[in-house]
Amino acid sequence: MKYVDEFRDPQKAQGLLKDIHRLSQAVIDRRAASQKEQPIKLMEVCGGHTHAIFKYGLEAILPDAIELIHGPGCPVCVMPKGRLDDAIAIAEHPDVIFTTFGDAMRVPGSQKSLLQARAEGADIRMVYSPLDALQIARETPEKSVVFFAIGFETTAPSTALTVLQAAAERVENFSLFANHVLVIPALLALLQNPDLQLDGFLAPGHVSTVIGTVPYQFIADQYHKPVVVSGFEPLDILQSIWMALRQLATGRRQVENQYSRLAQPAGNPVGLKAINQVFEVRPEFAWRGLGMIPQSGLKLRADYARFDAELQFSLPNLTVPDHRACQCGEILKGALKPWQCKVFGTACRPETPIGACMVSSEGACAAYYRYGRHSAATQVPVAPGRQ
Amino acid sequence: MTTQHPLFQTLQQSRRRGQLQDAAVALAHGSGGKAMRDLIDDIFVASFDNPVLAQLEDQASLSLAALTAQGDRLALTTDSYVVDPLFFPGGDIGELAVNGTVNDLAVSGAKPLYLTCSVILEEGLSMETLRRVAISMKTAAIAASVNIVTGDTKVVERGSADKLFINTAGIGVIRQGVEMSAHNLQAGDCVLVNGALGNHGAAILIARGELALSTSLESDSQPLNGLVEAILAVCPQIRAMRDATRGGLAAVVNEFALASAVGVRLYESSIPIQEEVKGVCEILGLDPLYLANEGKLVVVAPRSQADLVLSAMKSHPMGSEASMIGEVTSAPSGVVTLQTAFGAERVIDLLVGEQFPRIC
Amino acid sequence: MCLGVPGQIVEITDTTRQLAIVEISGVRRPVNIACIVDEDHPPEACVGDWVLVHVGFALNRLDEQEAQKTLALFDQLAAYEIR
Repeated sequence: MKYVDEFRDPQKAQGLLKDIHRLSQAVIDRRAASQKEQPIKLMEVCGGHTHAIFKYGLEAILPDAIELIHGPGCPVCVMPKGRLDDAIAIAEHPDVIFTTFGDAMRVPGSQKSLLQARAEGADIRMVYSPLDALQIARETPEKSVVFFAIGFETTAPSTALTVLQAAAERVENFSLFANHVLVIPALLALLQNPDLQLDGFLAPGHVSTVIGTVPYQFIADQYHKPVVVSGFEPLDILQSIWMALRQLATGRRQVENQYSRLAQPAGNPVGLKAINQVFEVRPEFAWRGLGMIPQSGLKLRADYARFDAELQFSLPNLTVPDHRACQCGEILKGALKPWQCKVFGTACRPETPIGACMVSSEGACAAYYRYGRHSAATQVPVAPGRQ
Repeated sequence: MTTQHPLFQTLQQSRRRGQLQDAAVALAHGSGGKAMRDLIDDIFVASFDNPVLAQLEDQASLSLAALTAQGDRLALTTDSYVVDPLFFPGGDIGELAVNGTVNDLAVSGAKPLYLTCSVILEEGLSMETLRRVAISMKTAAIAASVNIVTGDTKVVERGSADKLFINTAGIGVIRQGVEMSAHNLQAGDCVLVNGALGNHGAAILIARGELALSTSLESDSQPLNGLVEAILAVCPQIRAMRDATRGGLAAVVNEFALASAVGVRLYESSIPIQEEVKGVCEILGLDPLYLANEGKLVVVAPRSQADLVLSAMKSHPMGSEASMIGEVTSAPSGVVTLQTAFGAERVIDLLVGEQFPRIC
Repeated sequence: MCLGVPGQIVEITDTTRQLAIVEISGVRRPVNIACIVDEDHPPEACVGDWVLVHVGFALNRLDEQEAQKTLALFDQLAAYEIR
């Protein structure tokens, strides 16, 4: 068992796919006559799912009745411009080595990206792990090494454990610019929106590895929507869709766990403990495309204030509003498809992204941009917004 | 301070050669004086060892008759090599500087013959490093059957360049009847590649050491002129050929599709990629189709000849893992698609910039 | 979000800092194993375990039985279709 190729075998998908077709018809059959034309809208919350769906071309092999809505689970996509401007301001400090995951390099702030700041002379280094940033701090005591901590609950334990390691070794020149965000408050914000048109959720498997499957229960109980915690291989995603359809076809509304080989109901106790020890929840945090969401971000606790770059550097700390023409919010809620946005493919393109969904290759618009180009080229009819 | 003196300036053959004593490159080695002459003599002339270079003229003089006897057009190319690190598993900057330029000539259908070698040295570079690189260039030149016939040396102050940059230009002769161009693709043609993709890009990423990954992966740096000859021998009507360097397979195939205003459909399951390259890509979130290669050739052949070409490639040591990886379609124009193992198609676009490791 | 890759622990390199070497498709990388170590699983007992690697940390242990169950379901569905 290698836990990868086994879950990428197209032969094994055939039975699943046939049953997905049968079940989607069964779901439609249950609906009132006026609703039968509506697609079954399932949101894959995580950008990793979006990536896999496009990489393997899963949308093309699903029944037409199923529409996948690509959710807000891409941490660089949802990072507001103001926070990125703050990151760049820290990075441009002459005594700073600014370390970041590659994902954040090209994300545009209001003036420039980290990549442009590096070209202008800032010492910005890409790292694979926060531990690599800590290692740079050990090796260059004369510099202040700042780690750009981004990501959801999956990444937060790694950052927290790195801070604990730095504290234990008394590494004085290491700090975090903390931008970790939380999935559950974002889902709650989506669910509270009256425009939301979703039939069910594929929940992020790797976040669930840390937080467990229990925190999604309110979605089934209070909002009456199926939730399936899903892995990231193509067969995982197909099976999760199949499980969500089975719930919809029989009227069940539960949290189910497709990713049982990795995610447990209670999550990872060591990871959760590290998060709670090092971080506390911010009263609110801004999300690009979704606005301010209560209790949705993490900051360092007072005990670890000496590792908090936000306290060490004076930051512009400005709120930069989302672009007026941008409709990412509607896309993230499933109310619009990417190509229905006014600026999609014209002013907003992967080279010059305006909105959250075009920023990273994980973003729904960036993924569709390529698909859209293909559709136009092959004369496949595209949605009204583009005609 | 840098000088503009020509490198291989005229010297009397009879003059006694100097022995290089210094352990590191100094500004004097680019100043046009005795130090420079000693460096050129002791490192480049001694390593490259051929009669044209040994003349130590400002230019190589080549027999026109010998060139025209081999074909009816001259191919001329130039490329600069700035790879970091200078030495990596499977090769070094010197080998790359020879193979890269040889391959740029070869994919036009030319027989590569003569190379130039210009170096920009950072003050302080170890002489031992320079000597290793020069010897490596000579070894690669022998393997590719080319001669390095003229060159230039500049030394810049510490910090003005990163250790060592090399530019090589090359000329070769294109034989009669060979007409390859990115504009020639026609619907129905087949796309072939001579082996596993992404090894060089992955090996260099790992060799930089910042990602703390270790593998047994090596760069695929190799000269392709022998393989190209073998292919053209069985099929002179090859439509187009290009080595898949920066931007990888994706860049080359996109250039073909755009230039010929055709579509190209690739088959994911036919594209050879080694297990470890897949592993590096999984870990760092990279797409192997965009990773650089230094010894991989993308060939477009008419369908009727494709099997013949494939077997010719497979029977050559530099194409033993060759594979038929796609076909040319009439539409969509200028678009490359990949048929996934799940039977769906996705677009393989040009990248906006280079790929960065990602965590999400 | 959250690229995670399954890999197998092949060596424990530092029990104090809880570092191990993980192999992923023939590629080796040091990772921190703090999240998968507890009383039942001291570091030295982790060699051979399959874990999910994310940003240089082993986030959780993979459960082979559960993985087999998932795979068996695909076969059942395929068999059901043939019947």
